[in-house]
Amino acid sequence: MPIREGIYGLLAEFNTPSELVAAAEEAYASGYRRMDCYTPYPVEEAAEAIGFHRNRVSLVCLIGGLLGFFAAFGLQVWVSVLAYPLNIAGRPFYSWPAFLIPAYEWTILFSGFSAGIGMLALNGLPKMYHPVFNAPNFRNGATSDKFFLCLEADDPKFSIGDSRAFLERFDPVSVVEVDY
Amino acid sequence: MATKQVVPDPVVDQATGEYRVIAPGHTFRTVTEQISRIVLTSRTPLFWLGIFTVAGGLATVLLVAVTWLFLKGTGIWAITAPVMWGFAIINFVWWIGIGHAGTLISAILLLFKQQWRNSINRFAEAMTLFAVVCAGMFPVIHTGRPWLAIYWLFPYPNTMNVWPQFRSPLTWDVFAVTTYASISVLFWYIGLVPDLGTMRDRSRSQIGQFAYGILSLGWRGSARHWMRYETASLLLAGLSTPLVLSVHTVISFDFAVATLPGWHTTIFPPYFVAGAIYSGFAMVITLAIPIRRLYHLEDLITLRHIDNMGKVMLATGLIVAYGYGMEVFMAWYSASKWEFFMMWNRMFGPMGWSYGVLLMCNILIPLTSLWSRRIRRSVAAMFILSLIVNSGMWFERFVIVVTSLYRDYLPSSWGTYRATRWDYATFLGTWGLFTTLFLLFIRFLPMIPMSEIRMMLPQSKIVRGGPDAEQKLEETV
Repeated sequence: MPIREGIYGLLAEFNTPSELVAAAEEAYASGYRRMDCYTPYPVEEAAEAIGFHRNRVSLVCLIGGLLGFFAAFGLQVWVSVLAYPLNIAGRPFYSWPAFLIPAYEWTILFSGFSAGIGMLALNGLPKMYHPVFNAPNFRNGATSDKFFLCLEADDPKFSIGDSRAFLERFDPVSVVEVDY
Repeated sequence: MATKQVVPDPVVDQATGEYRVIAPGHTFRTVTEQISRIVLTSRTPLFWLGIFTVAGGLATVLLVAVTWLFLKGTGIWAITAPVMWGFAIINFVWWIGIGHAGTLISAILLLFKQQWRNSINRFAEAMTLFAVVCAGMFPVIHTGRPWLAIYWLFPYPNTMNVWPQFRSPLTWDVFAVTTYASISVLFWYIGLVPDLGTMRDRSRSQIGQFAYGILSLGWRGSARHWMRYETASLLLAGLSTPLVLSVHTVISFDFAVATLPGWHTTIFPPYFVAGAIYSGFAMVITLAIPIRRLYHLEDLITLRHIDNMGKVMLATGLIVAYGYGMEVFMAWYSASKWEFFMMWNRMFGPMGWSYGVLLMCNILIPLTSLWSRRIRRSVAAMFILSLIVNSGMWFERFVIVVTSLYRDYLPSSWGTYRATRWDYATFLGTWGLFTTLFLLFIRFLPMIPMSEIRMMLPQSKIVRGGPDAEQKLEETV
């Protein structure tokens, strides 16, 4: 991985979610695309403001669920019909109604794990290092009571001076440069 | 003559007369501090150490009991023909039933948008996990030599080329319970990740920062992450709902599929599920009342919670009562003399006292008193009621297992059942294990989900139109 140098972006700190959402909406409207909001609890409007409307967690979950159903059902059919057929009170080897119950459970098991682990994977977690943690005020606030907007330096519209002036307009608590 | 000034209770919403879910005056920071302080303090409270000592002692009793069991075999228990299912299965069904309330609170109440669940869902889920640990142990150890029991429980390629029998409820049970345990762990952990991020950032000790840092997976609260997180939580809630209803259903199949009078009934699945939730909510109340008192969390776990849980208990208790009534009715209406005798024997036979205890603890006392709002809002009364229902539900499983088995079709094979000291030691031991795990949880992890409480504060509302509009909102709040 190449060593990144320079700055990752500009991080503005706000006291209320409303100020953050207003700033993020304005930033999106004036053409910024590579940016992110950091909040101590889910703020749906913040994700909408930066143009993040849909995610693919549900799709991953659906695929996992189907896989789970067919894995369990297939396993039972293979075991009960081919690998180890047992005559249980004269019932057919392919007694599918009984097989539905473990298949139902594995549908839930696989889709649940796909949703949970899929969510983490799509988020790129676990990721112990991230540049925003370098900001001196980030860890004191982002996970308890402050709201952050980060304009990232690889956005074509980004320039230190202009972007800083842009953020200052929203009266943030502070605007700091975030290093890699 | 001055009239006495009535100070309005801040926890009561003056407009509606209802108790609030959270007391007013909290900010994002005070909520975070109040909850994380319990964990991050270096001083362990004295009551914690006291309870931990007792619980740890009982957990040691479990260790001894299980060791002796493995050395001697299941003969140390009271199980023998005709009662081959004794305490082990009673305790298994009882513990796993308790777990159901945690999943109900975290999943079903989330889908119904019941915001009051947010304060209690984390520790209710932890209760679920530890109850499932205790429950899951019993079917394993009641095989006597569990290391020989794996091949017919789990489908894995073994040297004997033998595979499980998938038409048996016992195998369904393995799938249901292992799925339930895995999904419960996952749901609980996913819920913890953002709060672990908070703990990482607020911890002052090196070990704390390192441990919480690893466990939080580098959570940074990005808006994109939160959206995926919310979707995943909703999906997990949607998946846990049919799961929690299916687990006790499958467990009831263990009984209902057998052709034994007292077991072979179609009402078992719904009646087992309702009973599970009934006893589970009783357990949440048993745990919540001392916790809110000892950790001064009265403004986060308010009387609103206790009241609402009382209502859930009343509703599920009535379903259970209907189940009991239907069992008696069907024993008569089926015109099967075996069913009729089973019910008569259950009520008036030598074990009839246990049916009396069950009716007293599950129907007579709670279902008459829970209608009263005054009782539902009295902490002491609810604590006592929760203990009564917990014992009543244990006796329900005792009645189902023992009084169905000990006198079945052939009088020549009748017998009786009397638990041994090892039965009691194992049961008490699981109490110790449960309490020990629960105490470790409240000492090292935030027991109330901070991010969800923040979401419930009035400040979290988005206000359009700049600072003036925000000022207005503050005035109305």
